[in-house]
Amino acid sequence: MRAYKPKDDVQAKAYYTDRFYVAPQVPKSAVDTDEVFASDLEAIKAKFEVKDAYIQVEQMVIYINPHDIYGVLEFMRDELEYTQLSEMSAIDWLAKDNTFEIFYQMLSMSKRKRIRVKYFIQNGQAVDSVEKLFRSADWSEREMYDMFGIEANNHPFMKRILMPYDWQGFPLLKTYPLEGDEFASWYEVDKIYGKEARDIIGPELRDTARVDRYDSERFARLGFEVPKGTEITDDMEKTVQDYQEENGVFLIKKLDKGSSKVIDDPQR
Amino acid sequence: MAQVKNRLTPFFENITFDRDDNELVLNFGPQHPSAHGQLRLMLHLQQEQIVKAHPDIGYLHRGMEKMAENMIYNEFMPTTDRMDYIASSSNNYGFALAVEKLIGLEVPRRAKVIRMLLLEINRLMSHLFWLATTALDIGAMTVFLFAFREREYLMDIIEGYCGARLTHAAIRIGGVPLDLQDGFLHQLRVFLNKLPQNIKDYEDLLDSNRIWRMRMEEVGEISTEMALSWGCTGPMLRASGVAWDIRKEEPYELYDEVEFNVPFSDKGDNFARYRIYMEEMRESAKILYQCIEMYEKCEKDGQTDLMAHAPKYISAPKIDIMTQNYSLMQHFVLVTQGMRPPVGEVYVATESPKGELGYYINSQGGPYPYRLKLRAPSFWHTGILTDLLPGHYIPDVVSIIGTTNIVFGEVDR
Repeated sequence: MRAYKPKDDVQAKAYYTDRFYVAPQVPKSAVDTDEVFASDLEAIKAKFEVKDAYIQVEQMVIYINPHDIYGVLEFMRDELEYTQLSEMSAIDWLAKDNTFEIFYQMLSMSKRKRIRVKYFIQNGQAVDSVEKLFRSADWSEREMYDMFGIEANNHPFMKRILMPYDWQGFPLLKTYPLEGDEFASWYEVDKIYGKEARDIIGPELRDTARVDRYDSERFARLGFEVPKGTEITDDMEKTVQDYQEENGVFLIKKLDKGSSKVIDDPQR
Repeated sequence: MAQVKNRLTPFFENITFDRDDNELVLNFGPQHPSAHGQLRLMLHLQQEQIVKAHPDIGYLHRGMEKMAENMIYNEFMPTTDRMDYIASSSNNYGFALAVEKLIGLEVPRRAKVIRMLLLEINRLMSHLFWLATTALDIGAMTVFLFAFREREYLMDIIEGYCGARLTHAAIRIGGVPLDLQDGFLHQLRVFLNKLPQNIKDYEDLLDSNRIWRMRMEEVGEISTEMALSWGCTGPMLRASGVAWDIRKEEPYELYDEVEFNVPFSDKGDNFARYRIYMEEMRESAKILYQCIEMYEKCEKDGQTDLMAHAPKYISAPKIDIMTQNYSLMQHFVLVTQGMRPPVGEVYVATESPKGELGYYINSQGGPYPYRLKLRAPSFWHTGILTDLLPGHYIPDVVSIIGTTNIVFGEVDR
């Protein structure tokens, strides 16, 4: 029987896991162990619903409702001095419960603290753009759309940013294979020469170290090169390679290592 | 060979004229030498003035985040080299630190000192490279040759350490693989003793140079609000009046034990950024002198450990692997299956030469990261061109791109 491979997550998997292995957890601590975070959380809780909050690896993580994100970030920027949005992106949980987890990494330079604001959205749901608050979200949200297909409402220019505009599929989804899908493998051929050229050009060779010794056209027979189209037999003689330099070239001297000086100390 | 027909329609790729309002659209790149890589800038021009700029990136996109999800942690280390390939050890370091924080590892002191030496050498290499290429863009050929000469010495030192000049992979999760080679400290000292004179030479050539100042002063001014809003970090932010250096504010390794200043300026223009790069080179030299002392003290105290001791995650030293059966088994499992960090997530920011380099790792307890997000500073330093360029003239584009110090391996990842 063929081994079962899940279709909803085609990324690399551990080939062996002990059946009694229980993965340890990165320790989480309560928010009230840190004064600054505790007061920040109080302030946010007074205005917005906070579903969960904890501290992990020196940073506070809070979970909020998706529709609150603009308000929360605006409040954090204007009242709590979290003046920079360092990073934002998504995590694909489609295989687990058909959701995406969105995170916003906030930085307060005056307090020297970082908070990660997170929420879940359903597959197909759009997020609210925070581009009006932080211009950096302009490109981050475009990247998120490009990689996951999550659109941002009220974004001024919701186009792909890293992939070509006419690309199909979203590369960072867990359902997207590492080596690309059918569309990806024929993208250049289809675009430049048309679909009918697929047979002539053939699929892309991904293994750069591959040597086909019966290929007489692509210089694959190192030392045994033959003219194009020659019939190849097993008992061919090695091609004699004459380099021009062997017989000397006009105005060019061969390097004589004995008479040249090597500088040991580059600093001199 | 006969020409093969294709479907690409011929077009005047660099220029289009719009008859209605006399606006000209100019494509700057993606193969422009002073775009510092594969940047395509679509510039809308009124005469010589830019009215709209639209940076287009992605020409060097290799999908590193996707690759990370399909690689064990140690396997991903050489890939990080290909982000900011001007100072690749700083990328290695950011990733190593993120995984160490996830696991909760403490790195031996000697390894920390070696890491700091590597990081600051990388910073010097990056800043020298920046100075060379920017000066070349502006037309100062001499500075280019001078700065590349100095960078070459540093690359030789690094080459002696790890065997590579650009893609170092010189740092491991849990420490460093090797001790410094013989002569490393001597070569570095010789270099550092000369550096102040070298920096003075560059400044003599540039500081009072009329062309340099005209191209730099009051060009590309970034206000504090704009820098914060666009997520600018590193010299870009410090030139705009925010003295924020992660080495100082959220110290990692032994940066809290060394003395250095954080140069900053409230001008926000190209010239301010140039001055900050020059001052940072001096500060790096200061840190390196202190690191040399720390290293010698480690040697005196007999601290020889280079890798953390954590058998679940890190292979034992080579001598143990060769002599002890259990270490060999552990090593075999760690190489073939990979380490399995605990379930959790971490975001770690380090101060790379370009700015805040952050790694967000979400681990689900498997040997592959579930999600890894690379926060590269140059990404936003390219984005800011959208708002920064309008109002400037075509020649300013070159000097502004120069001082943003963007590297496209990092922008596109």
